[in-house]
Amino acid sequence: MASIRQNPVGRRLPDFRNLGVMLRLLLGVNLLALAAALVQATQLAAWPARYVEFAAWVEPLLLAGLLLLAALRDLLWRLPYRVAAAAVLVLVALLAALLQDFWRFMGFADGGWAAIARAALLAMGCAGVMLAYFRLRADALSPAVAEARLQALTARIRPHFLFNSLNAVLSLIRAEPRRAERALEELADLFRASMRDHRDLVPLADEIALCRQYLDLEKLRLGDRLQVEWTIDDLPGELRVPPLLLQPLLENAVYHGVEPAAAPAAIRIRFARRGDELSIELSNPVGAGGVPGAGNRMALANIRERLALYYDLEARLEAREENGSYVVHMVLPCRN
Amino acid sequence: MQELSVLIVDDEAPARVRLRELLGDLADEQPTRVVGEAGDGLAALDLLERAPADVALVDIRMPKMDGVELAQHLARLPRPPALIFTTAYDVYAVRAFELHAVDYLLKPVRAARLAAALARAKALRPPPAEALQALRPEGRSHLSCHERGRLLLVPIDEVLYLRADLKYVTARTREREYLLDESLTQLEQEFAQRFIRLHRSVLAAKEAIIGFARDGAEDADAHWLALLRDVPEQLPVSRRQWPVVKSYARQLST
Repeated sequence: MASIRQNPVGRRLPDFRNLGVMLRLLLGVNLLALAAALVQATQLAAWPARYVEFAAWVEPLLLAGLLLLAALRDLLWRLPYRVAAAAVLVLVALLAALLQDFWRFMGFADGGWAAIARAALLAMGCAGVMLAYFRLRADALSPAVAEARLQALTARIRPHFLFNSLNAVLSLIRAEPRRAERALEELADLFRASMRDHRDLVPLADEIALCRQYLDLEKLRLGDRLQVEWTIDDLPGELRVPPLLLQPLLENAVYHGVEPAAAPAAIRIRFARRGDELSIELSNPVGAGGVPGAGNRMALANIRERLALYYDLEARLEAREENGSYVVHMVLPCRN
Repeated sequence: MQELSVLIVDDEAPARVRLRELLGDLADEQPTRVVGEAGDGLAALDLLERAPADVALVDIRMPKMDGVELAQHLARLPRPPALIFTTAYDVYAVRAFELHAVDYLLKPVRAARLAAALARAKALRPPPAEALQALRPEGRSHLSCHERGRLLLVPIDEVLYLRADLKYVTARTREREYLLDESLTQLEQEFAQRFIRLHRSVLAAKEAIIGFARDGAEDADAHWLALLRDVPEQLPVSRRQWPVVKSYARQLST
């Protein structure tokens, strides 16, 4: 799915460093091996044994291939698609030939040109099938389709928030015109952000600034009832995240956690970087109305789908209730 | 023109300020006097008891007690104010109000709309109970009752059991009993999640039941007694209700 970000036109090989792509390759090649074993086995009972025999040959090659492609990803991306695809096939064939010769050297397999050529052709066939699969998949999730889905999914700001905020600004105009001006400017920024092009990742610092503006506006109408605690452990601001990822979650926290609460309630937001992952945790007290309902689940499902479009299987989102708090935990791969 | 006394109920201070400003703007057309402002339904009931108002402008979404529940309790006041709901955005409520011709204002409120609503206020009838209950399917947070001319509010989660006598329903809390003028059947429907029927005339809070004891006297109707926390009374479980109650008790013990 990398294509929706960096290269909306023209095709490209899949991102071989993406966990989802790797999993699909592992699964796909093993399914092919399973099918081949069924063809070769004369009896159904012999099928598993055949597959195990194949696996001993397939898995080392598969893993070596994955490593090689992951290492060469950036280089391959620079080539035109056809050339890159041909390069992948040649590389895989070479790898298979080398491995076959290695097995011969170890005494596990027959040598000879015929055996090596057969291994190379089989490996190339598998690689070709997988490349075709990825190409079909990329077409199905073509930039246009994915873009339209992203546009539709990117959370719109709740009307509840818009009208209440406008009402709050109206109340300020006579007594505090300057504050009213500032509030309208913030509202404009927020709407500009929500109408922007959603294909591009934005710097985390921008997303945090946007969230602060949003919370300022909420503070305008909720006053001291809304408390916010940010914990940001040395986070490089240039890290990039999908736009409007956090704001809808904050909006949920305000709507379900703060507005119905009898006492002032605190929303806690924590960012931490663990190796290659960015972890974002957001918690709010569970309101008197109990666990947030359908609207909240929809917002979560929405963000989950957007994460899948951006990061495939590499990002995750969990929500749970613990000790009277509602906690949303999100983990993203770090991208600059 | 006669001056109207108005109570403003909204949890957001800016929204209350805005309504005050608008009422001020309309003073020539319709003189009003704001008798109080409240941030939630409980505070509003408290204020109304001390200072009755002609009109209450009531926000729907509020903490502690929301506007719809406030409306449910207002009917019990000796001189209930005419009720005008305000909401920023609540599709369900607006649909229900349209359906039952309940007056409401959309925030941000326009002066002309507010003037029109105030002009009609005298003729307004209280919103029908069924419309309000449909908007709060989870039931009220408080029961209300009259005692020596005062409106008492009993938090529903403090009620251990409800018992119907000849004319009244008694709500028992840890401290004391309250007389309600509502029917047990209605209460059972509204609070089906919280209470379980033990007997033709008794509903007990599920979470208050701590056990069951065999009734010594061989009565025709009562075989088992339910034991509740915090009160000495043992409540009879009818033979008809026993299977239901028993299966509930089994869920409890597992």
